Amino acid sequence: MGNKKLKIGWFSFSCCEDSTMMFVEMMNDRFDEWSKLLEFRHARVLKRVNTLEGIEVAFVEGAIGSKRDEDKLKEIRANSKRLVAIGSCACTGMPSAQRNTFDEKTKEEIKPLIEKFSLNEKVVPIKDVVQVDDSVPGCPMSEETFLKVLDKYLKEFGVI
Amino acid sequence: MHQDFDITIENISKIEGHAGLDIKVKEGKVEYVKLKISENKRFYTQAIRGKPFQAAPQLMSRICGTCSIAHLLCCIDAIENTLGIEPSAQTILLRKLSMYGMMIRDHALHLYIFSLPDVFGKDSLLDFSETDEREHKLVHDAFAVKGAGSALSNLVAGRAVHAPYPTIGGFLHFPEKEETAKTIEKLKSVRQKVLDLIEVFRTAPFSLKKDSNFVALMTDDYSFMEGKLKTAEGELLEKKDYFSHLQRVVIPYSQASAYKLEGKQYMVGALARINLNREHLHPETKKSAAEALKLFPSTDVYHNNLAQAIELLHSIDHSIEILEKTEFKPEKPIPPPEIKEVRQNVGLLEAPRGGLFYHLNIGADGKIISADIMTPTSQNQIHMENSLRHLIENNLDKEKGWFQRELENLVRAYDPCMSCATHFLRINWK
Repeated sequence: MGNKKLKIGWFSFSCCEDSTMMFVEMMNDRFDEWSKLLEFRHARVLKRVNTLEGIEVAFVEGAIGSKRDEDKLKEIRANSKRLVAIGSCACTGMPSAQRNTFDEKTKEEIKPLIEKFSLNEKVVPIKDVVQVDDSVPGCPMSEETFLKVLDKYLKEFGVI
Repeated sequence: MHQDFDITIENISKIEGHAGLDIKVKEGKVEYVKLKISENKRFYTQAIRGKPFQAAPQLMSRICGTCSIAHLLCCIDAIENTLGIEPSAQTILLRKLSMYGMMIRDHALHLYIFSLPDVFGKDSLLDFSETDEREHKLVHDAFAVKGAGSALSNLVAGRAVHAPYPTIGGFLHFPEKEETAKTIEKLKSVRQKVLDLIEVFRTAPFSLKKDSNFVALMTDDYSFMEGKLKTAEGELLEKKDYFSHLQRVVIPYSQASAYKLEGKQYMVGALARINLNREHLHPETKKSAAEALKLFPSTDVYHNNLAQAIELLHSIDHSIEILEKTEFKPEKPIPPPEIKEVRQNVGLLEAPRGGLFYHLNIGADGKIISADIMTPTSQNQIHMENSLRHLIENNLDKEKGWFQRELENLVRAYDPCMSCATHFLRINWK
């Protein structure tokens, strides 16, 4: 179908970025194909000059643990037509949300750091902050599910 | 020249995790350089407390998606040292291969995808021209070399990210002949590409020389896993004593702690390793990279890139030799002994970015009492800030746009990993 590319953004919040690594790993075999199908509007892992403008699908890895991150995620949502939760932390909050389940003594121990860095009391999955259109669970994300979701949006936006 | 300017970079690009920079220059003098590690703390060292030691390695692997195999193996090393488990000769070889798979993939990610665009004056590898023969070749080399590292990781560790095969006392799966042969071919097929990469970084146009101390593990076969620590000042340190030579420095604007060695800044990582241990590189690597190796020992921070490229070649050469010479046989992991009292010990290895340290305390019930971690990026934090200051002070006549580009370029030369950095050591130094 012509030269249209899917305009995507790739973002990460609190996590180990394992799914970002899986995404870059998948490029080992798919770079040629993807470079014809995808336009990276925002991908800090790949480029310095980034923009939120015109993003069709935002892929978001990581859990949300601060007001700063909440605001950033809302901004991404407002600028993207579709938003996909990537990996376990984005989909369920865990394991980044481990501190939610600490006992009182441990919570007291980490309190000075939570306050010092203005972190929220709880770490939450991204669906608690914004509307999520699709999820790719796994720690790291499932490659197969990611390809299915990507294929769905390539079709929806008329790229293939 | 007197100048006033501020530079703020909210999110440094093409690094692992989140960090920013805040710089103020007044009347031609640098007032402050703040490298702000903004990665939110995830509190793994608290989360692991009370869990059985058997659960620790896979949980700690989740600290970092990039160097998860280093966390996995370092945590296993700490547990085995604590419980007195001696891994078999085959297990040691498989662990070395796991480390090599990670090094190939991780160094290739850093060199091709993060740093190469700086050498070519481009924003991203995605902007490399399809019609320029050299650029086109390097883009394809990037994914071929990274792919060879991943193939090695898949063969020995089961996956490049959060590997399932390495375990306490051994491995859960063993390389099969056919797959081993295919992996050897893949590694051989990228060797020339890595030699080309070494040449790119040997002749790269960046330099920042800075007197400093270096620390690295002195392994006899440069396998990133064994030996004693050595400093550039010639001191040899036992792994278990390393902590007592360090001072933790709290940096108020960073979510990561920093460290000094005997009160002074130091650097860990590929540059430190090549500076201190290059005589133990694989003979084929020494032969093929002879020209590049002439530049070491080096105090040029940007030579960390070249040092990584040389390590990439070594990882390929030594892996090929091990895979060709070894016939792997299924072997049951060594079972842990009964624990009768509280025990503690350390684990230490060279992660891609430098020394990674674990200190574990395991209770008589087999549950983790405490876990402390010190990562390479937190050790390099002070060195990085000082280098940034040096770069600014020596280039005050440059435009703001130049600084924004070059400051990021310099940070990238350290290949920092912010996901790891926020896990700090909280050990009692007594």
